[in-house]
Amino acid sequence: MSLLKIKNLKTYFHTRAGTNRAVDDISFSINKGEIVGVVGESGSGKSVTCHTMLGLLPQPPAKVEGGSVTFDGEELINLPHSLLRQIRGKRISMIFQDPMSCLNPYLKILDQVTEPILIHENVSRNKAETRAIEMMKKVGIRDAESRAHSYPHEFSGGMRQRVMIAMALVTKPDLLLADEPTTALDVTVQARILKILSDLKDDLGIAVLFVTHDLGVVADIADRVVVMYRGKIVEQGKTRDIFEKPSHPYVKGLLACRPTLETQYQILPTVEDFLQTQVEKDGSIMLSECPDANKRLAELKSETKYNNPSGDTSNVLLQVKKLTVHFQTGGNFLGKPPKIVKAVDGVDLQIQSGQTLGLVGESGCGKTTLGRAILKLQNTKSGSILYDGNELSNLSQADMLHFRKRMQIIFQDPYASLNPRQTIEQTLVEPMLVHRIGSNHSERKDRIVSLLEEVGLGAEFLLRYPHEFSGGQRQRISVARALAVEPEFIVCDECVSAMDVSIQAQVLNLLRELQQKRNLTYLFISHDLSVVKFMSDDMMVMKNGEVMENGKAEDVYKNPQSEYTRELLEAIPKATLSD
Amino acid sequence: MLRFLTDRILQGALVLFALYTITFFLAKAMPGEPFTSEKNISAETKANIRKLYGLDKPIWEQYITYPKNIITKGSFGISTSKGRPVIDIISQSFPNSLILGLCALAFAIGIGVPIGVLSAVRKNSWIDWACMAVAMVGICIPSFTIGPLLQIYVAAHIPGLKVAGWGNLEDILLPSFTLGLVSAAYLARLTRGGILEVLSQDFVRTAHAKGVSPSKVIIKHTLRGGLLPAVAYLGPAFAALISGSFIVETIFQVPGMGQHFVNAATTRDEFLLLGLSLFFGFLIVVMNLLADLLTGLLDPRVRHTRKTD
Repeated sequence: MSLLKIKNLKTYFHTRAGTNRAVDDISFSINKGEIVGVVGESGSGKSVTCHTMLGLLPQPPAKVEGGSVTFDGEELINLPHSLLRQIRGKRISMIFQDPMSCLNPYLKILDQVTEPILIHENVSRNKAETRAIEMMKKVGIRDAESRAHSYPHEFSGGMRQRVMIAMALVTKPDLLLADEPTTALDVTVQARILKILSDLKDDLGIAVLFVTHDLGVVADIADRVVVMYRGKIVEQGKTRDIFEKPSHPYVKGLLACRPTLETQYQILPTVEDFLQTQVEKDGSIMLSECPDANKRLAELKSETKYNNPSGDTSNVLLQVKKLTVHFQTGGNFLGKPPKIVKAVDGVDLQIQSGQTLGLVGESGCGKTTLGRAILKLQNTKSGSILYDGNELSNLSQADMLHFRKRMQIIFQDPYASLNPRQTIEQTLVEPMLVHRIGSNHSERKDRIVSLLEEVGLGAEFLLRYPHEFSGGQRQRISVARALAVEPEFIVCDECVSAMDVSIQAQVLNLLRELQQKRNLTYLFISHDLSVVKFMSDDMMVMKNGEVMENGKAEDVYKNPQSEYTRELLEAIPKATLSD
Repeated sequence: MLRFLTDRILQGALVLFALYTITFFLAKAMPGEPFTSEKNISAETKANIRKLYGLDKPIWEQYITYPKNIITKGSFGISTSKGRPVIDIISQSFPNSLILGLCALAFAIGIGVPIGVLSAVRKNSWIDWACMAVAMVGICIPSFTIGPLLQIYVAAHIPGLKVAGWGNLEDILLPSFTLGLVSAAYLARLTRGGILEVLSQDFVRTAHAKGVSPSKVIIKHTLRGGLLPAVAYLGPAFAALISGSFIVETIFQVPGMGQHFVNAATTRDEFLLLGLSLFFGFLIVVMNLLADLLTGLLDPRVRHTRKTD
């Protein structure tokens, strides 16, 4: 018998803007001791499903419109809150995406891990604490006895997620709802957390509902996979079956658009290559398969790598030598020595004109600081930045202005990096005005329109504000903004990291296309090895401010020299059944 | 911790010195001088009086002498209008203001914080709406309006309550209510905002997912963080409350410190002015330090004893 059975569940959000069918008639079940992965893009309804089960959604605006969720024979929908509370944290536990914000910063770790036991079981505080510490050891927290008395901010992200897991499992629940538990973590940390989860599953015999946007992650640990799209389940089945012979066009697209280390494509397929969506009159959505998907795939595969002047080192555009950036923290006027963080510590790199250097590393390795230092958006301590024969490191900001026209940056978060109070037109005109591009307004406007068209948007967007766009569209605008001054060198700083894979594929394709057309040179910064491998000619791996390894992207991947690169490569979830 | 304290005490000393400098030169820049009066005093007598108070010396010397006397003799000078040591004036009037201020504060916290919590918990209900409307009114009505209104409509009708005066226990009631009303209203709004902010955070959802009951979510998981804005406000507000309010003390005839602030300025009594300003500045510095220490106690992330990793 299945432990959890969801039947025809519908959760809608009723707002002034209209009704959003976040979860629209879905059914699936989980058996005892099974891991089921729920995969979908942002807004597909996967988190809402989890929250609906435990009654955690704010109502209104959310409302369960129909269907049932039975857990161990008991109906959870419309169960009184007092009864639901006896299930929450005791029989069904939940862990969340962001371990930074999901632990209470004001309470000691031990208090928080002990709390579920004290709520749900009639045991003494001492016994509860002993059990809490035991569980913390089990999830791999070293020195649990002493660390238990610390506060969340004294733990790293990975350790906090372990605390979350310990807190969820300390009452030995039957079912664990894991809502994107590894999304905010580095790949090596993610690999460790996944290992802990699958070990504990066997150890404690719990069932896990694992929600994620990353197909690769579920391939590693799930027994079965449920794929959601726009509130509906488009496909579900055994993990192997889904990966080997997906039947729904969306799933096919999702599998194909994700760059893997083995990707043969020069241009990534996108979900749109597989899936046609048609909005019916009543607002429901019809999904159908593109008739010529296979033809398109074959086309993409046959596309050869465009010609780079590779091997020719005569036209080095950027050469960085022994670049060092230090940050000072602490210290005061009474002479307490400040703590020095060596964010970038003696880095050498060079990029040839028209090529892409990929820069990989985990959070805190200094990759973003390096990118900013090259553009002089960050003061450097020592070292040289030679750009097209000009030394930048000792230029004043005023002298640097001249080079700003030639060197641009695209940031990670298109939500935060576009000014919410400027229209797209204003955003795009501003850099042109600064660099005196175009002689009058209509000329500049013409240029903007052609730029927008180049990045796949149109003139009709000119007078809109950033919040009216989706994440993918905003990043296209960011790209257009960078291109507005006709640069030759662009730093792409984690510019696809915040995106769903299907949109990531579109943006990556756009960047490649623009590179080819305009002979752009990229410094492509990312934590994602597969994405970097797809984008780059050369590749560099950073850790703790130092370069661990560099070389041709192909070589680094096939024959990693440093231990750290090997660790990174191994940590990547292998979703390679699709190729 | 010790390091933090010494840092802050040194900073406080710097602030006080800057305050002294500004007050000193502003007082000197005021038109007129302490002994200008309608009485005819001979130039000779005037010169003698000036000499007695040390006002005949060059300005820079006066500027140095005053702090020197504070440090070496503990003397804040002698009031030119009252002829008594400034320290005596402060030590006589401050206890009255302190008692009044403490009662006002107790009232403000006792009323403001619970109302704020209630409002936050019942967000957007009629309770919330009513509480916040009352709070808004409390902020808007000045004490020179609410004070006389209380005298007319409350004190005059309840036996045992006097319209004004000081000395009996019940005399504290009306002035502390008048004085504390604005703070209570601010506290209510700050507490509501603080708690709503915390309630919207992810860790509150975690608590619900653990099966924590709604009341415990508020008490254990929300209150500490939610009170932080109120605590930050309370530091300077406390200093302002206990150092006396001219208006409230005048209306209710409380022999507090508030009257001296105004009198010192109108009579060009610069030593009293300097003494009071420094005393008030000292209170602000100390209360802010206490508020920061309390914040550290509530929020481990800003605690000064531990090192983050």
